[in-house]
Amino acid sequence: MKNAISALLLGTALAFAAGSVAFAQDKNIKIGVLTDNSGLYSDLSGAGSTLAAQMAVEDSGMAAKGWKIDVISADHQNKPDIAVNIARQWVDVEKVDIFMDVVSSGVALAVNNLVKEKNSVMINAGAATSDLTNAQCSPNTIHWVYDTYMLANSTGQALVKAGGDTWYFLTADYAFGTALERDTTAVVVKAGAKVIGTVKHPINSPDLSSFLLQAQASKAKIIGMANAGGDTTNTIKQASEFGIVAGGQKLAGLLLFITDVHSLGLKVAQGLSFTETFYWDLNDGTRAFAKRFSVRMKSKAQPSMVQAGVYSGLLHYFKALEQLGGNPHDGAKVVAKMKEMPTDDPLFGQGSIRADGRKIHPAYLFEVKTPAESKGPWDYYKLIGTTPGDQAFRPLSESACPLVKK
Amino acid sequence: MQALYAQLLVGLINGSFYALLSLGLAVIFGMLNIINFAHGALYMMGAFCAYFLLNLAGIGYWPALILAPIVVGIFGMILERTMLQWLSGLDHLYGLLLTFGIALIVQGLFQNYFGSSGLPYAIPDELKGGINLGFMFLPIYRGWVVVFSLVVCIATWYLIEKTRLGANLRAATENPTLVRAFGINVPRMITLTYGLGVGLAALAGVLSAPINQVRPLMGADLIIVVFAVVVIGGMGSIMGSIITGFALGVIEGLTKYVYPEASNTVVFVLMVLVLLVKPTGLTGRAA
Repeated sequence: MKNAISALLLGTALAFAAGSVAFAQDKNIKIGVLTDNSGLYSDLSGAGSTLAAQMAVEDSGMAAKGWKIDVISADHQNKPDIAVNIARQWVDVEKVDIFMDVVSSGVALAVNNLVKEKNSVMINAGAATSDLTNAQCSPNTIHWVYDTYMLANSTGQALVKAGGDTWYFLTADYAFGTALERDTTAVVVKAGAKVIGTVKHPINSPDLSSFLLQAQASKAKIIGMANAGGDTTNTIKQASEFGIVAGGQKLAGLLLFITDVHSLGLKVAQGLSFTETFYWDLNDGTRAFAKRFSVRMKSKAQPSMVQAGVYSGLLHYFKALEQLGGNPHDGAKVVAKMKEMPTDDPLFGQGSIRADGRKIHPAYLFEVKTPAESKGPWDYYKLIGTTPGDQAFRPLSESACPLVKK
Repeated sequence: MQALYAQLLVGLINGSFYALLSLGLAVIFGMLNIINFAHGALYMMGAFCAYFLLNLAGIGYWPALILAPIVVGIFGMILERTMLQWLSGLDHLYGLLLTFGIALIVQGLFQNYFGSSGLPYAIPDELKGGINLGFMFLPIYRGWVVVFSLVVCIATWYLIEKTRLGANLRAATENPTLVRAFGINVPRMITLTYGLGVGLAALAGVLSAPINQVRPLMGADLIIVVFAVVVIGGMGSIMGSIITGFALGVIEGLTKYVYPEASNTVVFVLMVLVLLVKPTGLTGRAA
């Protein structure tokens, strides 16, 4: 009996040892790009995000070091229920290690819960809601590119400073729009402006003129567009049609992407100012990446900040895994390692990841060039201001995230 | 109160798109008995056609207003000849599934090549600017859309209900064999009718190109509402679909003013109410 027990103990010990050896040598990574492949955000994320992930894999040189990396992608159709189903299957069946992109705030918040429950990893590059690193923060999630607080902070302050002291919001009626409106309201009210009204419109509205007329009637100096993608481009186009800008009101694009500007054309978009954290023509590093990216895109588009974020986020993830010496398939452990290490890549420069999962880098205030200023397709932005990383995002002292020790 | 007038007018503008599209659907359903789910995709093709004419051939808005419906109409007639005609006499479901599939394929192809954000199409110079009506600033282009679609709708109604050609057409739907006996080529007439319905969709597409972005999904966003309009108006009723198109645009406009969050559901609530009270639609005849 005694022998039997010691044999059993020995066996267990051996199994443990074998297990840890296997663990140290496990160099398999499976990346799941969960994105909008067919809807209104598919140009700013979509296939371009999957391409960015593949480029990150190629550029990391991980394959030469014995790593085996797979990239898979799926269309969440901007529907949280569909996204969560795919995510569950990815973790349980496909053994996906990391979720990338996850554009659209409603989807991101839903997947955020699942990723935490399954101890997976999410580097969110696409969604805007600042709740991901505030009340809803998670030890498994990093919010990489931008968030509603940062957009509000940079664009909102700049516009109030330029004399925009009355605001009216045109808000997309879902998690993202509500968050963006809330965060912008806080910033502009603090800066001394007044919000005199708001109207919520259903997401994906082809005609926004009714809402624009209400904004026009409010006589607010600034009409804040708390929407994104096709909704924003339609708002801008129809606002110019109804003479809103000509009548002296100013449109504030709280979230615009380069793909939106491209779609609008400079004639309509010129003069808009808004905030992004990446522009392809910012420096040599971004230009080199953009050049390689656009030749591989079917539409020959330059990368959006979301797609750039997928690339940059993955590079950092790979660095963390290399430091760990293998893939532990333990999301919280990898994310903790990523937070320890400073970030550095050609697209976003040097930065860091905070305890709440917020990636820190500078925010740039851009103005859209006039057709005369632009040298050709995709030459769209003028840089008019930079907010340093430590001032761009919500300060940890205001954070409601339980991961932040106070 | 001023805001209310403005909303009514904007509703009327949207209503003209509903009317044009539901009119095409009603013509096709009434004459061919096909529930044309490809209508939204064909509307989108009309807008893209205008975009291509401008950017590839330098042909502007006015010729496009005529050319695009013809081009897309021919595409529709090819569809009818090669596929839809084999479904005549079968259950509605087959036509619905086929056209739905065609819509998905067409949209998918366009999205593959042009992305989802869309392409810009400018308002023609003659219709730029706007008039201050006192209670609102009316862009001239929008006014033009209302007037033009009203004219087109009434002309179509007149063609089908009041002319000899229309009479033949209606007779052919009732009893094709008998009409053939009079020496009228019924299959050709059906093909042309489908072409007409499709042309109306493409025309709506050209009209909307300067207002909305020219996007592959522009039809998909609209078509569900238009189907609700057709159901409310009564399947196959020409005048019914015109009137309900405009009326629902106005009702939707009012909802956007009173309770914006419900603006994309109000049409469907109305549809449910109408179906409960009068299942054939407001102006429909019992089957």
